[in-house]
Amino acid sequence: MTDTVILPDDTMADHTTADDVTDHESTGILSSESRMRRIVTVYVPLACFLVVLLFPFYWMGITTFKPDSELLDYRNNNPFWITSPTLQNIRKLLFETDYPRWLWTTMTVAFGATALSLFSSVLAAYAIERLRFRGSGYVGLGIYMAYLVPPSILFIPLATIVFQLGLFDTSWALILTYPTFLIPFCTWLLIGYFKSIPYELEECALIDGASRLQILRRITLPLAVPGLISAGIFAFTLSWNEFIYALAFISSSENKTVPVAILTELVQGDVYQWGALMAGSLLGSLPVAIFYSFFVEYYVSSLTGAVKE
Amino acid sequence: MANVSIRAVRKAFGTTQILHGVDVEVDDGEFVILVGPSGCGKSTLLRMIAGLENITRGEIAIGGRVVNNVAPKERDIAMVFQNYALYPHMTVRDNMAFSLKLAKAPKAVLEQKVGRAADILGLGQLLERYPRQLSGGQRQRVAMGRAIVRDPQVFLFDEPLSNLDAKLRVNMRAEIKDLHQRLKTTTIYVTHDQIEAMTMADKIVVMHAGRVEQIGAPLDLYDRPANQFVAGFIGSPAMNFLNGNVRGGMCEVNGVRLPLPAGTSGEEGRPVVYGIRPEHWVLSGDGVPALVRVTEPTGSETQVMARVGDTAITCAFRERVAAKPGETIHIAPTPHQVHLFDQQTGMRLN
Repeated sequence: MTDTVILPDDTMADHTTADDVTDHESTGILSSESRMRRIVTVYVPLACFLVVLLFPFYWMGITTFKPDSELLDYRNNNPFWITSPTLQNIRKLLFETDYPRWLWTTMTVAFGATALSLFSSVLAAYAIERLRFRGSGYVGLGIYMAYLVPPSILFIPLATIVFQLGLFDTSWALILTYPTFLIPFCTWLLIGYFKSIPYELEECALIDGASRLQILRRITLPLAVPGLISAGIFAFTLSWNEFIYALAFISSSENKTVPVAILTELVQGDVYQWGALMAGSLLGSLPVAIFYSFFVEYYVSSLTGAVKE
Repeated sequence: MANVSIRAVRKAFGTTQILHGVDVEVDDGEFVILVGPSGCGKSTLLRMIAGLENITRGEIAIGGRVVNNVAPKERDIAMVFQNYALYPHMTVRDNMAFSLKLAKAPKAVLEQKVGRAADILGLGQLLERYPRQLSGGQRQRVAMGRAIVRDPQVFLFDEPLSNLDAKLRVNMRAEIKDLHQRLKTTTIYVTHDQIEAMTMADKIVVMHAGRVEQIGAPLDLYDRPANQFVAGFIGSPAMNFLNGNVRGGMCEVNGVRLPLPAGTSGEEGRPVVYGIRPEHWVLSGDGVPALVRVTEPTGSETQVMARVGDTAITCAFRERVAAKPGETIHIAPTPHQVHLFDQQTGMRLN
């Protein structure tokens, strides 16, 4: 009797276990399927992007610390690794060239041009977006068109102006010419940002007794900080990396900016001083990277979100 | 406090006419509501009073001073916006004190005025919070607090309750009315909700397509609407309109004869619109037959959607009606509460 009673129980128990197993398996299959899908659709493409984006930095980094012997002899050394790292290249760059000075010039030019451009762009964007004077739409469009004129055409007339103003071979030549492409860019970015700030806030401030400038300073700008930071970062990076104007308007070695100087001063004839070149590039890109890292959250929010009350 | 005069005001955006000559007198301390369907120009008119829109023609005077060319900040008004327009980067205290700071008021005055407004509206606990940390009703109160702090001659409200849920709206409605009774500041309030208008206003201005249709006390508009538009707009559920003709001292609608209101000198055969509010039908054995389509008991009353001839009507009875859809009930209008309008012009005839 007991046996007959136990048997069905056992069978049932077996059944349940078997069912459970199948369930587990099926969810297991499902989750592994979705995991596979995630890997193929998300992680693999991301990894490819990362490799493509980061490899130049990696190459720049290892070349900076490679001794010449390893750098020039790939047969006996692994090109992707360093066996005996050295600071020789950095020492050479810092103490045998004008690099610190180039860095300083680049920094002042980038900060100067960015500040000037942001100031003008804020006023321009505010006027175009909020004051809505007659023809403001066309002015906005005109500024955008100006941005489309390539610097490789613009630098010829600009060179004449720079020369006549007596600014040739000074930092001012760059601080005053970079805004020609920075202002249109920042203005457009800020117009978009100002648009996202509810108009009623300004009307309310207007009734509260604020003047236009007070509204700009106390209402609009504090709310547009993410937009300002994002415009500032763009302007700073564009100025930092600018090449054509810096090449055309600066002639003396000590006044050059980093991108131009490392190319003209560290390549002698057909001899490329790869170690110093890469050290220069690495040190040159660090300030921008640090600058970015401080503001990355603002930067992302300015691209994705509007002002929330 | 001040009176507001709006005289023959017109507004055009380019070639589009928004307001076609509006005249409104708002007395000192009065609560006036501009009401009308969307696009009727009521918000534009309010913004013109605030100075946020130019006046194309006509003039607006606040406290006897024509303000056509006066900047908003010099009009001595305060406005509460539909989306509250609180400054998101400032605390409640700073939001309320902003106008005083701009006016460079001494700190003691500023503290005292903000404190008073916070007391009136029960915002004392929230002064250090940011707008994003407040609920809809609290934001609404802060927006009103900001207006109170300024102690203006005129309060302007632009659909202030439309972002709130139904229950909160009823509470805030009472609060705003109470506030007005305490402060007695002239108030102009815009809404598209006729219930808000009826419950809050001293005087209602009904607007439609850029024109004023009627100005009057809430119950006057309800009892004697000047035209078919006002009759249909004021009152909920809306008034029933039946097209008919005057025949032999009665109004003939779809072969059914309805009594005319007393004192109507209807010309024989004249096409009229017979208007009767749902609550002014009564059940009556010798009334006209109406085919019941839907009944909606709400407890306090029963609404019956029915057909008289081929016209759909709504009735609201205080008593409970047991009629089922498809059955016929007999109903009669109370004659002295009948409104008669001209079919062509829509103007009131009785």
